[in-house]
Amino acid sequence: MQLEWLSAEEWQAVVLSLRVAFWATLVSLPLGIGVALALARGRFPGRQLLNGLVHLPLILPPVVTGYLLLLTFGRRAPLGSFLYDTFGVVFAFRWTGAALAAGVMAFPLMVRAIRLSIEAVDPKLEQAAATLGASRVWVFVTVTLPLILPGIIVGAILAFAKAMGEFGATITFVSSIPGETQTMSLAVYTLLQVPGGDAAAFRLVLVSLVLSISALLLSEVVAQRVARRISGR
Amino acid sequence: MTLDVRLRHRFAGFDLDVAFRSPGGVTALFGRSGCGKTSIVQAVAGLLRPDEGKITLADAQLLDTARRIEVPVHRRRMGYVFQEGRLFPHLSVRQNLLYGHWFTGGGTATELSRVVDLLGIAALLDRAPASLSGGEKQRVAIGRALLARPRLLLMDEPLAALDEARKAEILPYLEHLARESEVPILYVSHSLAEVARLAAHVVVLEAGRVVRAGPASAVLSDPLAAGTLGAAGSGALLEGIVLCHTVDGLTEVRIAAGTLLLPRLTAAPGSAVRLRISAEDVILSLQAPVGLSALNILPAEVLALEPAGPGRVLVQLQLGSDRLLASLTERSALALGLAPGEPCHVVLKSVALASSGDAPD
Repeated sequence: MQLEWLSAEEWQAVVLSLRVAFWATLVSLPLGIGVALALARGRFPGRQLLNGLVHLPLILPPVVTGYLLLLTFGRRAPLGSFLYDTFGVVFAFRWTGAALAAGVMAFPLMVRAIRLSIEAVDPKLEQAAATLGASRVWVFVTVTLPLILPGIIVGAILAFAKAMGEFGATITFVSSIPGETQTMSLAVYTLLQVPGGDAAAFRLVLVSLVLSISALLLSEVVAQRVARRISGR
Repeated sequence: MTLDVRLRHRFAGFDLDVAFRSPGGVTALFGRSGCGKTSIVQAVAGLLRPDEGKITLADAQLLDTARRIEVPVHRRRMGYVFQEGRLFPHLSVRQNLLYGHWFTGGGTATELSRVVDLLGIAALLDRAPASLSGGEKQRVAIGRALLARPRLLLMDEPLAALDEARKAEILPYLEHLARESEVPILYVSHSLAEVARLAAHVVVLEAGRVVRAGPASAVLSDPLAAGTLGAAGSGALLEGIVLCHTVDGLTEVRIAAGTLLLPRLTAAPGSAVRLRISAEDVILSLQAPVGLSALNILPAEVLALEPAGPGRVLVQLQLGSDRLLASLTERSALALGLAPGEPCHVVLKSVALASSGDAPD
């Protein structure tokens, strides 16, 4: 489907943004749950260090995060070349890199939302489940996970919205290649640099507004509905 | 099924050091709040790891810190009924009841209907826990623990969070459960009325130590346990059989030492009942008293006298094959010249029904 009032390039940027944000959210979600669990419940040395590390993208200038990603995942960087040699995975200047940058930038938001919901779960319910014969894994799957579902949904939608709009780290890490890494934000920026690009930029801004506000409303509605269902009211 | 517990644990500001044995049936852990009752139950369930301890249930070793044996919580098969129910809010009553089914294979259709009938919760099955009253929640919690096919039921003050009306609603179910179920029960309580009504065996705790342990009737009429139980709490627990209901609204109950008259009971003639006589409701007389309004006067023999606070003594009496406690002032004990071996008569001001059972088997 192609909207009449968006050009092929503009439409491409919208689809790419959605794809980047989708994968960034999907892949970081299990990791986000794991890290949120470790931060909320774990008692291990280096917990504060992990907490700081997770929040780093929130505090650092996005350009710095993008540059650090380039230093780590670039084709000639140690981790980047290892990933390419063993798995054939390339991040630099690919849409996968844009997804990685967006995922990293959105990660703190996701972890914070999930962590809050984990801290709200009464450990006494988990103890009760254990006395009924559930091992730790089963307690997590049948009690903890359903109870933190609203937090997971909110975290995922927040992360998705953040990933949709990511700019600084993305342009630094994977540049702005039309059709490969040029997401909506990057396209808007590029269009504003050329004379007569204002109209196209404005159309993309409208799309971006609609998507962001929808995501926010959706997260509210879904989280409320899930919360109502699991609290049994 | 015997439960053997030996525990030592250091808490901030308080040491727990207990050893007791529960022979099966209902064993009550009795004591004031903060005496360590809950910690003991948590250790038995595996929710608390004591510094030192050994817990054996029948021939299963649940914990032995010396031999580094510690069975994890989910493999102990302890049906734990918590004070606040702890139902899973995201599951229906039915799903809550069947939760243990996945892990222990309990909760078949027949088991479910038996437990649902026993607890009277058939109408609640499709409701959500949030919509239940406190008493209903607690009954569901008991059912959930039972359906996990426990080897031992742990009940940690299951009635403490409820008001008197809700307590009265659940107690008959607990009584029924205590009689019907083959699963032994460890029952934590600070309410003497509950203990007297349910327990066959009592362990009295004080500041992390066991001060008395034994059959309920012996412990409750032990003057040395009176310090913990309180004069109103200590007394006697007597087993009796309902003989008949009189035309003037009373019920005759036969106990070992004779016959008692009680305000009309609902139990049918032939039923076994448990009576409680508080030490404060007993009056002693050297001669058989005449011209008294009291209906229940029986011959007894003084066994021992124990000082019980300023100016008061507790007199332990032999009443047929039962033991009875009487709380007197020191002055009256001296005036009567009470001494061990002395025959006397007891006047019972009031006799309370502790629990009523079905026809004896």
